Amino acid sequence: MTDTILRMSGITKTFPGVKALQDVNLEVRRGEIHSICGENGAGKSTLMKVLSGVYPHGTYEGDISFENEPCQFSGIRDSEHRGIVIIHQELALASNLSIAENIFLGNEQAKNGWINWNRTNAAADQLLRRVGLSETAVTPVVQLGVGKQQLVEIAKALSKEVKLLILDEPTAALNDEDSAHLLDLLRGLRDEGITCVIISHKLNEVMSISDRVTILRDGKTIWTAETADLTEDKIISGMVGRDMEHRYPEHEPTIGPEALRIEDWTVYSPTQPDRALVRRANLTLRRGEIVGLAGLMGAGRTELAMSVFGRSYGVNISGRLIKDGKEIQARSVREAIDHGLAYATEDRKRFGLNLIEDIKRNVSAAALGKLAKAGWVDGNEEYKVADEFRASMNIKAPSVEAITGKLSGGNQQKVVLSKWIFTDPDVLILDEPTRGIDVGAKYEIYTIINRLADEGKAILVISSELPELLGICDRIYTLSAGRITGEVPRAEATQESLMTLMTKEVQEVAP
Amino acid sequence: MTAAPTSTGVQPGKGPSPQGQAPRKVNFDLKQSGIYIALALIVVAFTVATEGDLLAPQNLSNIIVQYSYILVLAIGMVLIIIAGHIDLSVGSVVAATGAFAAVLMVEWDVPWPFAILATLIFGALIGAWQGYWVAYFGIPAFIVTLAGMLLFRAVTYMILGNKGIGPFPDEIRTLANGFIPGFLGNIGLGPLGGADLFSIIVGVAVVAGIAIVQYRARAGRIRYNQVVDPAWLFSVKVVVPAALVMFLVIQLARFRNLPWVLVLLALLVVGYTLITNRAVFGRQIYAVGGNLQAATLSGVKVKSVVFWLFVNMGVLAALAGLIFAGRLNLAGPTAGNSFELDAIAAAFIGGAAVQGGVGKVVGAITGGLIMGVINNGAGLLGWQTETVMFVKGAVLLAAVAFDVWSKRRTAGAR
Repeated sequence: MTDTILRMSGITKTFPGVKALQDVNLEVRRGEIHSICGENGAGKSTLMKVLSGVYPHGTYEGDISFENEPCQFSGIRDSEHRGIVIIHQELALASNLSIAENIFLGNEQAKNGWINWNRTNAAADQLLRRVGLSETAVTPVVQLGVGKQQLVEIAKALSKEVKLLILDEPTAALNDEDSAHLLDLLRGLRDEGITCVIISHKLNEVMSISDRVTILRDGKTIWTAETADLTEDKIISGMVGRDMEHRYPEHEPTIGPEALRIEDWTVYSPTQPDRALVRRANLTLRRGEIVGLAGLMGAGRTELAMSVFGRSYGVNISGRLIKDGKEIQARSVREAIDHGLAYATEDRKRFGLNLIEDIKRNVSAAALGKLAKAGWVDGNEEYKVADEFRASMNIKAPSVEAITGKLSGGNQQKVVLSKWIFTDPDVLILDEPTRGIDVGAKYEIYTIINRLADEGKAILVISSELPELLGICDRIYTLSAGRITGEVPRAEATQESLMTLMTKEVQEVAP
Repeated sequence: MTAAPTSTGVQPGKGPSPQGQAPRKVNFDLKQSGIYIALALIVVAFTVATEGDLLAPQNLSNIIVQYSYILVLAIGMVLIIIAGHIDLSVGSVVAATGAFAAVLMVEWDVPWPFAILATLIFGALIGAWQGYWVAYFGIPAFIVTLAGMLLFRAVTYMILGNKGIGPFPDEIRTLANGFIPGFLGNIGLGPLGGADLFSIIVGVAVVAGIAIVQYRARAGRIRYNQVVDPAWLFSVKVVVPAALVMFLVIQLARFRNLPWVLVLLALLVVGYTLITNRAVFGRQIYAVGGNLQAATLSGVKVKSVVFWLFVNMGVLAALAGLIFAGRLNLAGPTAGNSFELDAIAAAFIGGAAVQGGVGKVVGAITGGLIMGVINNGAGLLGWQTETVMFVKGAVLLAAVAFDVWSKRRTAGAR
């Protein structure tokens, strides 16, 4: 006797140029914990946003029925009204308000517009007991750790009389103890009849907590199965089982001497200074070699790269950087650039480009000194340099005086790459160099990366797409929970072996 | 700006055509040009309303002298706004530095060149104080300079008590109010009457300078195979400013030669325009305001840039303080009241963007002149204070509304 609480059928969601979801089907039984697994970008979060009404009815195709009634949510309030509550990976609490105020935010315990604080705090206290928190309801959220904040989110969901609770990576930011507590709580809620959908990268948790698992890959449902019939390996092969086509240019590397060695690199979170984001990582990059860095969301890839690049992220950074055999100090971005390091960000719009300026001013931004004499920029040289990059990188724009904000993603990425190539680096760190750009432009970017390697630069590519790393890298490091868990030559690497290393739990060794 | 990146209207990648032989959209920046057109319209309107009095020799001279200290402040302010900050304290800094200068020169008889230098250093220290809190301590400039507005007004009262100090040495008054002496005597200009020959020679030299610099810039672009304006447009862009300069100079020469503050202002405008367009430091200001994170990750020392901008603002405020005190021949405790509002308004009317990253020194000067012409014209017409305020408020709102609207329009066209 199965009672289906949620049925999503034939869900297709298209963004300009991309099919994020294609004919996805999902059935969730009442009172089960249902895990959704998939690589970054497989469509998990998009599916949950469709379900919760973040993408309102009409912006997607397909049908949703909840408790055997069709649903056409026009916003998140509609879905919450029906008892569907989503808790996002980035917690959405107002940190200066009290726990009670957060729990009832937007759902104030009020009469005629006047809040009844006694009722609010009493109700909140009750909910807090239910999720196992001993804090009082008037405690400001800012005083809680992330684990407890997560519990407050759940208490908030419970206050809305939740029937279906969706958690997006609930344990990604938690330590083991907090994770275990959270998972226990979810089991308790299941026993009270609350259905849970969990998106998780941590396969051991998936195996231990869920009743069934659905795999998404490239925006499609692959299968749904009882957890009892599964192993972690089966889940991994479902997540990555994709065929490799000729999407990557051929490249025969000529590997030279070591360019940069990163030793014992440890980085702590700027917001939670007791949490290590990168732990004692060791990497070696050689000239002419393209090295990949694979890791799931939250593994610490970007944090590792940015902390190496002039300590532009993280606190209490320790470890050594050895460049061409000599230890260097890169305490600021300027020093890092002067030492021949370059870092092209994963988020070009926020961190990479000045979108209101034109191509030439962006290309010159990191190496203006090369175009200047005694502090004065030679505008004509700048134009010439930028125009040469426009030709060699095939940036499609009417002139180098085109505003970068109006270029397509692929062309913007080429401007970012031009900027860093112009600094004439020895080591280039490329963080998600092909994110959000179309297939043709990706091929061009790969060709450029190969060319840079052939010029003798050491290249580190960070990517969420395993096929991409397998397609272009000569050697791949895997990162899991801030630790390097493997170093695999391309010839020996498969998506499955990488995924195993990327999800490997490393026992905490006291540093 | 309007062409889509993939447009085939111009041949991308095929090597740009020199001499503008390819049909090229005239580089017409509506937002920048709009300000000049607005100034022209306002000047024409007031000229008609005052039956020509607005452009009379003595009145033109008055506009410049009366409004010079706001224009000096506007130069510093627009740089701060480009970097994405604001300075509400400049009015109080004008008062504090004026008081400081008065004590030095009037009470302590410090020779004026040293007093000027000391006052500018005092301004720099005030700027460094505010720059420290904004750049290195991380308090929003709005708060820091709001505090500064009170702090430095208080400092002024501490220096002066409740009275003014004056009179200033002649040199300071000359800087603020005076005119370049007529070294070469007058020449006759037919129906226009006599005019100072030296001023006219200076005017001709400036015009020649504009033409030569523009021509060389164009030649440089051609040498580097860049697209340039067609010859006719280039000529217009040289002849129109040249004509305006000559008109201004001749009118001033007919009155009492060139005011010293105009010379000072011209030097500041040229200097700061060069810095914003061509200096590494200037470019970093735009980078910081355009995208702070991208600038940081490109190795720009963001904190240092912001710090020095506030130091610069302090020096310019001290300069304005000297000019203002010299003009009134008195350093008073209420000097500079609400100057910050005029300076900020000038920058925004002149096309600076609220979010930072956009703005020009010449724009801020134009914005300041718009306010100055409104003030002056209103005075000639005998408008009530409330009318003047109302008009200035409306102009400010309209200018920023235009800015927001044009941005939304270009964003929509993407």
